[in-house]
Amino acid sequence: MTIEEAQIDKELIPILEKVSDPEIPVLTVLDLGVVRFAKITKPNFVEVKITPTYSGCPAMDVIGDDITSALSENGYETKVDLVLAPAWTTDMITESGRKTLEEYGIAPPMDAVSDKKALLGEEQVVKCPQCHSTNTKMVSQFGSTACKALFKCHDCQEPFDYFKCLI
Amino acid sequence: MDKKDLIQYIETIADNSLILGQRMGELTGHGPTLEVDIACTNISLDLFGQVRSYFQYAAQLSNQEISEDDLAFLRQERAYKNVLLVEQPNRDFAYVIARQFLFDHYHFLFLKHLQNSEDETLAAIAKKSIKEVSYHKRFSSDWIIRLGDGTEESKQKIQTAVDDLWQYTQELFEPNEAEKAAEEKHIGVDIVSLQAEYTQNVGKVLQEATLTQPDLKFFQRGGKKGIHTEHLGYLLSDMQYMQRTYPNMKW
Repeated sequence: MTIEEAQIDKELIPILEKVSDPEIPVLTVLDLGVVRFAKITKPNFVEVKITPTYSGCPAMDVIGDDITSALSENGYETKVDLVLAPAWTTDMITESGRKTLEEYGIAPPMDAVSDKKALLGEEQVVKCPQCHSTNTKMVSQFGSTACKALFKCHDCQEPFDYFKCLI
Repeated sequence: MDKKDLIQYIETIADNSLILGQRMGELTGHGPTLEVDIACTNISLDLFGQVRSYFQYAAQLSNQEISEDDLAFLRQERAYKNVLLVEQPNRDFAYVIARQFLFDHYHFLFLKHLQNSEDETLAAIAKKSIKEVSYHKRFSSDWIIRLGDGTEESKQKIQTAVDDLWQYTQELFEPNEAEKAAEEKHIGVDIVSLQAEYTQNVGKVLQEATLTQPDLKFFQRGGKKGIHTEHLGYLLSDMQYMQRTYPNMKW
């Protein structure tokens, strides 16, 4: 997903880049792909549309508030709307977002086919973000937040989160 | 479609997720293992998220005369339209899994068809929710297999739960007035047509779990018309406590 596709005004990017996901603080809301629209529609007035990762994601209200306050620090009034369509998929996470996730210790989402295999335990394909071994095992399809599954690495013995693929 | 009828339809479909979400939420801190506890509450959170989208839409249709919180927390027992299945209590872990399994397979098929609704908002909610529900279905089906094909005790417990809850499954496929009206207008789902696929999908998992599919002639019904089992009242008094004690708080 590129920023152009998401319809975001260029001058707003440096501001939005400073707003991070409250549950994964290394990831900006742009990396996560939840900002679908941000345009200056009137002088000093920005309209923003965000889409939830999961329906019940409690971070969405916080993300909306954080965006509003970041924009107001830069002199903009803001209207934030929640949109459901098109539904968010893990493809909307940017390339740099995926790298950041892995460096942070969360295995980034794979494509749908490998994801299904991984979660059904057919193949050991999820790479441990600590030691990069693929000798890993799923402990639970549901992890610390709605968007993650819980894995364990057999080589370094560390548990880790995997960002579930959502297509 | 008449706005009032559409709100009735939204209540019918959203109440299932609301009440099941509350039941799964009761397991917070009480799950048999940490992972299962987290899984059950994740499912609960997904369901509440979906309900919120439905009720915000209903509130908007009513021109904000009713709020999403009114719909969730301030109706009387008889006004809830959920099926009897989802209000059945967490008797033991087998019941939790069997209830979830029997509902997930219906929920998945239902959302699959609701995606084609001529109502854009409902279609969008369905497209969003089905991604989550496919995880729920996988979780509950895996556990049915694990318990059924597990020890003698786990098999006996899950079979008892499936046998007991089966009497509430027929109601899933019997439309109430709001569902009939919505289906005619191509807004709702023709739920009668889902039953054959449901029975087949559920049967496949039960077979893999080495369990027996119950063969029942008599079924319980009434939830969709507001006539509930005694369990719903207790659930509601718990769920509505905060809103009734501190009126106008927001969820």
